[in-house]
Amino acid sequence: MSLWVDKYRPNSLNKLDYHKDQAAHLRKLVQCGDFPHLLIYGPSGSGKKTRIMCLLRELYGSGVTKLRIEHQSFVTPSKKKLEISTVASNYHIEVNPSDAGIYDRVVIQELLKTVAQSHQLQSAAQRQFKGTYYCFLSFSLQYILVVLTEVDSLTKDAQHALRRTMEKYMATCRLILCCNSTSKVIPAIRSRCLGVRVPAPTVNEIIQVLQATCKKEGLNLPAEFANRIAVHSNRNLRRAMLICEACRVQQYPFSENQEIIEPDWELYLKETARQIIDQQSPKRLFEVRGRLYELLIHCIPSDVIMKGLLKELTSNCDGQLKCEITQLAAAYEHSLQLGQKSIYHLEAFVAKFMAIYKRFLEEGLVEGLNDFF
Amino acid sequence: MQAFLKGSSLSKNDGETSTKQKPSSEDKKRLEPWVEKYRPKCVDDVAYQEEVVAVLKKSLKDLELPNLLFYGPPGTGKTSTILAISKELFGDMYKTRILELNASDERGISVVREKVKTFAQLSASGVRPDGRPCPPFKIVILDEADSMTSAAQAALRRTMEKETRSTRFCLICNYVSRIIEPITSRCAKFRFKPLSNDILEKRLQEICKNEGLKFNETAMKAVLETSEGDMRKAITYLQSAGRLKPDEIINAEDICEIAGVVPEDIITELMKVCNNNSYEKLESAVQNIILEGYSATQVMNQLHDTIVTSDDLKDSQKSVICERLAVCDKRLMDGADEYLQIMDLATVIMAQMCNAS
Repeated sequence: MSLWVDKYRPNSLNKLDYHKDQAAHLRKLVQCGDFPHLLIYGPSGSGKKTRIMCLLRELYGSGVTKLRIEHQSFVTPSKKKLEISTVASNYHIEVNPSDAGIYDRVVIQELLKTVAQSHQLQSAAQRQFKGTYYCFLSFSLQYILVVLTEVDSLTKDAQHALRRTMEKYMATCRLILCCNSTSKVIPAIRSRCLGVRVPAPTVNEIIQVLQATCKKEGLNLPAEFANRIAVHSNRNLRRAMLICEACRVQQYPFSENQEIIEPDWELYLKETARQIIDQQSPKRLFEVRGRLYELLIHCIPSDVIMKGLLKELTSNCDGQLKCEITQLAAAYEHSLQLGQKSIYHLEAFVAKFMAIYKRFLEEGLVEGLNDFF
Repeated sequence: MQAFLKGSSLSKNDGETSTKQKPSSEDKKRLEPWVEKYRPKCVDDVAYQEEVVAVLKKSLKDLELPNLLFYGPPGTGKTSTILAISKELFGDMYKTRILELNASDERGISVVREKVKTFAQLSASGVRPDGRPCPPFKIVILDEADSMTSAAQAALRRTMEKETRSTRFCLICNYVSRIIEPITSRCAKFRFKPLSNDILEKRLQEICKNEGLKFNETAMKAVLETSEGDMRKAITYLQSAGRLKPDEIINAEDICEIAGVVPEDIITELMKVCNNNSYEKLESAVQNIILEGYSATQVMNQLHDTIVTSDDLKDSQKSVICERLAVCDKRLMDGADEYLQIMDLATVIMAQMCNAS
């Protein structure tokens, strides 16, 4: 049994639940058989991948769903061997180049070149058979699609390597780039692609999707509860579906005021923030460090921790202080991206916050005393 | 595909095959991005870069060329110019006389030492196979040279001098400051300026007519505004818009969507929220921008425009905000989180609007 998220994932452009205008445009785009490189961007859980798969299906039919996993190896200039796994069908190949870390440039160069060039040969070979064989080489088969995910975490080097390759092999391969935000994609690439923005679904749209899903499952979902799930998911459809399914397992039939299960790391993070607010001392800092380590060990990305902390901390302090803390968080998150170990920066942020907060409390106290006398 | 399914008898389908193959060759032409299709074919076609064109035309006459260094913002015709001139110089010997290397090729110090050197050492004769004269040198084009390591650039120095008899180098880059001094002093430097709007518009109109695109006035204006003198960007926008709406009239909103421009009312809304002095409202507004999928750099660019032209802020306030804007922009380039950076900037704006006055 698969998860609802996979089970009810729309598999054609017609069946998409929201952004219908965009879907119509995309369909027109592929119907003329040819399209430019695409850059699909939007927050997570907004349906970028779904749209890509729908596009592929629209182009090639159901053949694209027959996937196989391939392992490709590359050799860097420094003779280091790299293994990258790709997901491919006969028509497309999907790679996450950031798996290769700092060697992503090698992967991009080698992979695209081999894909683009080998495919050229293949279609030429098919054409040769024309005399004896009936050639049914459809137009769309002439190029192969390369789907690159998480383009925003590519190094600048690798992105530069993409530039010319994109133009040169236009005839044999098309790229679909997928990322969360275009800020980290260099302008040279952005100007070579057709950007497709996929905004997160609104709360109402999520509610509709949830209702539709539950109906298909034969469940009854109270409107109030659906609303709460949608709000709670922070406009992330995948998350909303997962929450809904989790709630279904926990308790069915649903009740209006059923508790929504939060991931335990979130609760843990909230508890950590509460502890910081609670007491500001070196001892508490030490305890908090332990908790931060615990989060990092469980692979919670450090920027998510930072944002979560900020959200909890700001909801517990005064107006002016909020701005100051936000600016602090921004500065430390930046140094975190540049640095090697994220724990230093997280801890520095916590320590700094404690200092500011304590000073603020003491000042408040002194003022209070002054008022008193 | 359909023909394959229904046609088990080959002879019957033969006629169909040939007719079916024809559109596919036409399609192949259409496959070409317009950027390549409308690349200038000869030096005269290069728009707006008079000085460069004048120098190059002279060299066409004399069959002589200095080492060249082209620099300027993207989409101003640097690569096009050198490709055009080398086509005119060499004609059909183009393939053997040109070595083109760009950032997509491996271009470390070892490549400079081996590939470039061996190519440079080949001698080139001054006559073509058919007896006509041709320039007695080869050209090495190093595109995107600013992404070469300085070690690799240093390795070029001596090669450039030693092989002047038979090889010319043409370096192309966006930022001349990233090319090491010894190289720049060995080249004739040419700056490519951003194209003016009239030139852009003229060229775009031509393309539209050629391709049969329907465009209204405001859309053209939007293209000119968003492309900022970058011909490649402008043409790509045109083509994308044409693909998305093949038979309809293209309007300004389509262009803005393709270009990823944030709608003006979202920016004004953000400024209004900043004026409200409420952290909670600001938080949800910024969250909303991120969820809508707008890119933070674009938001910051547009915020910058609004702030600089704003009448409500004093100069001292503007300067404080702009300073922070610069900091945040740098952080974004370093890969910092978008939400936090916009929040950072927005809180500064809020403080300036509400407290400093």
